[in-house]
Amino acid sequence: MNKVILTVDDSASIRQMVRFTLAGAGYTVLEAVDGADALAKLSPQLSVVITDLNMPNLDGIGLIRRARANPALRGLPILMLTTESQEARKQEGRAAGATGWIVKPFTAAQLLAVVRKVAG
Amino acid sequence: MTGGFEQTFREEARDLLGDLEAALLELDERPEDAELVARAFRALHTIKGSGAMFGFDEIARFSHELEAAFDRLRKGEAAVESSLIRLALAAGDEIRRMLDAPEGGCSPEAGRILADLRKWSGEAESAPPRESGEGEAGEDGAAGEPEDWFLRFSPGPEVMIHGSNPLLLLGELRGLGETVARAEARALPPLAELDPERCYAGWEIALRTGAGMQAIRDVFLFVEDESELTIRRREGRRDPSAPLALRARNAEAAARAAQAPAAASSVRVAAEKLDQLVNLVGELVTVQARLSEVSSRLDDSEIGAISEEIDRLTAELRANSMSIRMLPLRNTFERFRRLVHDLGAELGKQADLTIEGADTELDKTVIERLNDPLVHLIRNSMDHGIETPEARLAVGKPARAAIRLSASHSGAQVLIRVSDDGRGLDAKAVRARAVEQGLVAAGAELSEAEVLQLILAPGFSTARQVTDISGRGVGMDVVRRSVEDLRGSVEVRSAPGAGLTVTLRLPLTLAIIDGLLVRVAQAHFILPLANSLECVELTRGQIEEAHGNRLASVRGQTIPYIRLSEYFEMDAPRPERERIMVVETEEGRYGLAVDDVLGYHQTVIKNIGRLYRDAPMVSGATILGNGTVALILDPQRLVQDAIHLAGSGRRAALSLRGIGAEGAPSKGKQNRCYAA
Repeated sequence: MNKVILTVDDSASIRQMVRFTLAGAGYTVLEAVDGADALAKLSPQLSVVITDLNMPNLDGIGLIRRARANPALRGLPILMLTTESQEARKQEGRAAGATGWIVKPFTAAQLLAVVRKVAG
Repeated sequence: MTGGFEQTFREEARDLLGDLEAALLELDERPEDAELVARAFRALHTIKGSGAMFGFDEIARFSHELEAAFDRLRKGEAAVESSLIRLALAAGDEIRRMLDAPEGGCSPEAGRILADLRKWSGEAESAPPRESGEGEAGEDGAAGEPEDWFLRFSPGPEVMIHGSNPLLLLGELRGLGETVARAEARALPPLAELDPERCYAGWEIALRTGAGMQAIRDVFLFVEDESELTIRRREGRRDPSAPLALRARNAEAAARAAQAPAAASSVRVAAEKLDQLVNLVGELVTVQARLSEVSSRLDDSEIGAISEEIDRLTAELRANSMSIRMLPLRNTFERFRRLVHDLGAELGKQADLTIEGADTELDKTVIERLNDPLVHLIRNSMDHGIETPEARLAVGKPARAAIRLSASHSGAQVLIRVSDDGRGLDAKAVRARAVEQGLVAAGAELSEAEVLQLILAPGFSTARQVTDISGRGVGMDVVRRSVEDLRGSVEVRSAPGAGLTVTLRLPLTLAIIDGLLVRVAQAHFILPLANSLECVELTRGQIEEAHGNRLASVRGQTIPYIRLSEYFEMDAPRPERERIMVVETEEGRYGLAVDDVLGYHQTVIKNIGRLYRDAPMVSGATILGNGTVALILDPQRLVQDAIHLAGSGRRAALSLRGIGAEGAPSKGKQNRCYAA
């Protein structure tokens, strides 16, 4: 029943905020500090992945591409966090196979609304 | 509430400023190093993004300028100069000062740095983009006057691969207002050409909502680009009682499908007569099994043809007489609206009951006996699960609770779920209570799911005080017993604070099912056809390849299997070739290895004695054509039990002698009952 969500961000405060918000709504939240760390934690058991785009080692776009290349992870909802309002970065993420996006700064209510939208 | 985040951000930002400084100093020595520029950019980017999240607006503004300057370096639009590095270092110090005194705002020094930075960033005075999350969906539910909308939505073929679920979107739309949807499946290719990962369906949706165009469009925000979407306001249809045109069209289609002449009438029949009819059909099916057994032994084509004909007719007769007994759950479900309303008034709680799948049909006997357990579950939810409106508001839930009553099919079973969004069950508290009541040993090793199942034990009650509504010590065990009498099972899932879901798993019918007859050594078993997916061969070679693991490769997918002869501890030589029946369970796909699959079998379910009450993987027995008995297995329970056994290292020990299954093995062993 508990849906598991992976938050991928090199910013500890963002991870903490995402965890706090989603755990409060009954989700189980796992954390990864960058794309490479997330790659090791991806599994079809996850309900949603929320990833930052700018990260060391492997960035968000790279993570999305690798995830979509794995047949078992196709269809896994992946949300990207963007600070950029630039269309370009968002389009790059979409082309890589991201499900949706959340623009920073966002509120807890906005985060929950988007997660519910893709996780059901 | 954000206090914790602010502290984390301060620490994080200090670390990042340290990173930034190190990168800047190295950059001074190696101005060409792109990786250093990227490092500095990343640090600034994170400070900006997280700063804006937690209300450090000045810091966000400041780091935005600096980030913009480094972005230009990153893109090669400007070259690294030591004057910029000096400026960046000073800016870093300024950010550090702001971290320590967040309310201080801009110092004169900061203003000067900012002005210098703008020369580098090439931007006019600007604030970091502060648009609110675009993804917000239906947040501003400022409902205006309800309007009628017409939507046509054809998701792109790849939306599901990209993680979107069109059904969730339709569900979200339903949250905006009254909807009527019609699926458009013209693009659906023949089965052989169908790619299950692609989306072929489209929908026409009539929607009545006051939420407005933006809210509707936001529902499709993530898929709009790759889908075809038209949203049209329908003018001049404001009459609230006017039926939506689409609903009328749906109704027409349904009527056409039913093709029932308007004059078709119904006949009232006493329930006993129906029961008798089904009993007779059961007898007929058993005799039919004997006939086909005899005809296959005689190998006479004339008798064989007759036997086959009768087989077909019995199957039809059976399906027909069964369908007479099936009733939709709607009446039973709808009655609970009143119950929820009345209990709410009595307890000072507010709750809405949502009903789903009310058209699901079940055997009338099952429905009749389902009423009491459901009343009990809903009372429990209202009384114990759902908090008072004040308590709910305090934990950030809406004041009105939601109770959901749903029914759906799963193989030859119907799942009925009662869920609420109340306080849920705390596994620790349940466990403590169970230990207190002596239901379980203090040190017992139990998984969370097992702990929650304890609330089904006789005499268990978590209620702190006895109330009028429920909780007099008789509780969930009554529910469990009624459901088990119907050959069903109960499952409890819960998350503390997030509600409770109780699932009742019930057989569609109590009388006859479609089964597959399999043989293991000399014993016969029936597997319900509804759970069975396919049958593959398992050769010695494949077994050797798996190096002793019980894994088989079925169409490239590795599937764990359970060898029934081992599971039931039957001493029998393993045949050269075994067969694996692949069954679908909630645990995933599993194989059941048997010696032979004999074929389709119309199975009249006979109850088995109390001896097998603790063997949940056996759901009944049936009599075969030659008079021998075959046990009917419940693949779901069998797989669950096998997983459990594998986990605990215990072996199953179920002897089949007790009910005289012919040649049941376990030679030289004591006659044992299943050790629970």
